[in-house]
Amino acid sequence: MPATILLTIGLASFIWIVVGLFIMFTTLSVVVLSLTWLERKVLGRLQRRLGPTRTGPMGLMQPMADALKLILKEDIIPASSEKAIFWVAPIIVVVSAFMIWVTIPGTQNAVIQNLDLGLFYIIAFSVVGILGLVLAGWGSANKYGTLGGLRAAAQLISYEIPIIMVAISVAMLAQSLDMREIVNQQDSYIFFLVQPLGLVIFFIAGLAEVGRTPFDIYFAESEVVGGPFVEYSGAHWSVFFLAEYINTFAIAALTVILFFGGWSGPGLSGDWGIIWFLLKVYLVIMVIFWVRGTFPRLRIDQLMAFAWKVMVPLSFLSVVMTAVYQFYEWPPWSLTAMSVAGLLVVGYLIYKRMTGPSRLAAQVRIRQQELETQRRALSHASTPAGGN
Amino acid sequence: MTQVSENMLPDAEPVEMLLNMGPQHPSTHGVFRMVLWVDGEKVVDVEPHIGYLHRGSEKLCEGEQYHQIITLFDRLDYIANFNNEQVYCRAVEKLMGLEVSERSEYIRVILCELNRIASHMLFIATMGLDAGAMTPSMFCFRGRERIQAVFEAVSGARMMHNYFRIGGLKEDVPDDFVQQVRDLLILIKEDTDESDKLLSFNEIFLARLKDVAVISAEDAIDFGLTGPCLRASGVDYDVRKAAPYSVYDRFDFDVPIGLDGDCWDRYYLRVQEIYQSVRIVEQALDQLPEGEVVSSLGRRLIRPPAGEVYVRAENPRGEIGVYLISDGTDRPYRVKVRPPSFCNLSALRLMLKDCWIADAVVILGALDIVLGEVDR
Repeated sequence: MPATILLTIGLASFIWIVVGLFIMFTTLSVVVLSLTWLERKVLGRLQRRLGPTRTGPMGLMQPMADALKLILKEDIIPASSEKAIFWVAPIIVVVSAFMIWVTIPGTQNAVIQNLDLGLFYIIAFSVVGILGLVLAGWGSANKYGTLGGLRAAAQLISYEIPIIMVAISVAMLAQSLDMREIVNQQDSYIFFLVQPLGLVIFFIAGLAEVGRTPFDIYFAESEVVGGPFVEYSGAHWSVFFLAEYINTFAIAALTVILFFGGWSGPGLSGDWGIIWFLLKVYLVIMVIFWVRGTFPRLRIDQLMAFAWKVMVPLSFLSVVMTAVYQFYEWPPWSLTAMSVAGLLVVGYLIYKRMTGPSRLAAQVRIRQQELETQRRALSHASTPAGGN
Repeated sequence: MTQVSENMLPDAEPVEMLLNMGPQHPSTHGVFRMVLWVDGEKVVDVEPHIGYLHRGSEKLCEGEQYHQIITLFDRLDYIANFNNEQVYCRAVEKLMGLEVSERSEYIRVILCELNRIASHMLFIATMGLDAGAMTPSMFCFRGRERIQAVFEAVSGARMMHNYFRIGGLKEDVPDDFVQQVRDLLILIKEDTDESDKLLSFNEIFLARLKDVAVISAEDAIDFGLTGPCLRASGVDYDVRKAAPYSVYDRFDFDVPIGLDGDCWDRYYLRVQEIYQSVRIVEQALDQLPEGEVVSSLGRRLIRPPAGEVYVRAENPRGEIGVYLISDGTDRPYRVKVRPPSFCNLSALRLMLKDCWIADAVVILGALDIVLGEVDR
């Protein structure tokens, strides 16, 4: 078997893949550590507290302490669980999370294995992770786990559709599924400028895809107590944790590559572009943390309604707009106009719902005043009963 | 279990799942246990189980002297200790016909209203957490901690103060008490504003809470709901206004009323009540008279005359009632408490009709029960 692999791909590239995968695992682990620290710090500042300060300078050693604690903890496997499924579920989740990164480029050269069908490959692999979550929920023989697993299946598959449709419209703009080619096509203008609607859909659906607030429904700790992860502890749980952060990083990286021109930026050329890339990715991640510090969680029916009634039609609209633009070879600003018009319609609808609350506030206030005047009139008419 | 499902679910289908929520579930606010029959994500029926925190407080009261019972009342509603102490002390005072000095009444009212604010802040925090918002909880816990620092300066304890005495207080407040509370009120308003702006009219929060578990005014009265849960349904009833006790008739404050009787009203009412309590405390500080606070009884053993008395008060969670029977000895013959949380909880099954599992958490959160009081 190894001989046949060597025959088809050659020794040099085989060694590169092995070394490259090793580098990728290491880099991603470091990135995850940095993300957990950043999330604690950013959330802390949002909530007007300090976040970790005691472990190392500015709490920088906190992720190390966390990782050490998780690995040293006892790994409990419930007696009633399906052992095989229970074991294999975290592996499926984390492997699919890692495999996405094989073809995501950091710069023109910083990529393990560039594929012509890169975008297609990423979308295909991101669905595999759902299987792991469902298996984890089912295998742990826990009702909360089962509920969480089923929620995960419903949520992730629903939000996969808008992501795919937006990816298609970007691929149509770039005339390629190759990630490097998509970035190169954004030399004259980044795709965010022509497809703002696509960015909004992609970012929201991406949040849902990685289960971030306000879409953290399948492991909502106040409802299903961690969902699929409820029975996991120690190293097994930390594997899920790792996968979650890698996926968050992947969604941020994809947002940057598809809409913000990847590693291209003024001042830096060649492989130094990775600085621009990381800068942009971390900015997107900061927005994700910001959302987490701000919003409550949706309910499952509201989540599904939002997916099928808003996100899916809008993503189809974005594909149709891109197709029309490409077919008639209109100038780029026309697509911008169409996309912004689409956004404005949505924005208007959301605005109408957003003014609901202020109307409600006014209603509440009027009602309060009415009652108070009534009460005052009554108390003037008859003296209130006193005493104990 | 088969018997229960036969009784409760005449058309039980095999697809329904029995989901045990609590007593170790993070959002059952203590050790409450709900057994939910769920059909997918829908709740079909619920069977509440209480008693995991039963300490036999009422029976314990019969074996303690009157002064010692105050500590037991501290531990009933452990989020609103001062309010419980006050209602018990008032019951014994009424039984003995004791007059309480003006200054002690004012200090009692100030501390009780501050405790109401602390209790409502805890409610906002847990409500946010139940709905998945974590930031308001930080703001509210910070505010509550500030209030408890003042409590500590006054009574020596953050909770379980044991500060009120029959006929007065344990001792006078610290010299800088008035200034401390005035500074505190400014911070309380800031903290409440902060979490109010972040949470109350957030669209997702509204979507989660509005029109969930609507209770009509008739139903609310039938189930014996009191406090914010009753007023959310539009019933204008507050013991502080309906039968003013202590010195509450001397303050100018509003009683907020809800519009629809849903979970959001139950939430927002408490936010508004915080501002009203601030108003009461401000006025009480202005009017605070000088004088003696320590009871004339001193540390003597009390033997109230034989008889019985019922006293009620507005606690943060609703109307608390204390029914006290004395047989003329140094220990009460019987102490019965009407806990607001317990009575409010009785409407749970009606509220959980046809809701989602996620709603069950929010509905229970909006009822704002304290298990120390439910189980006693």
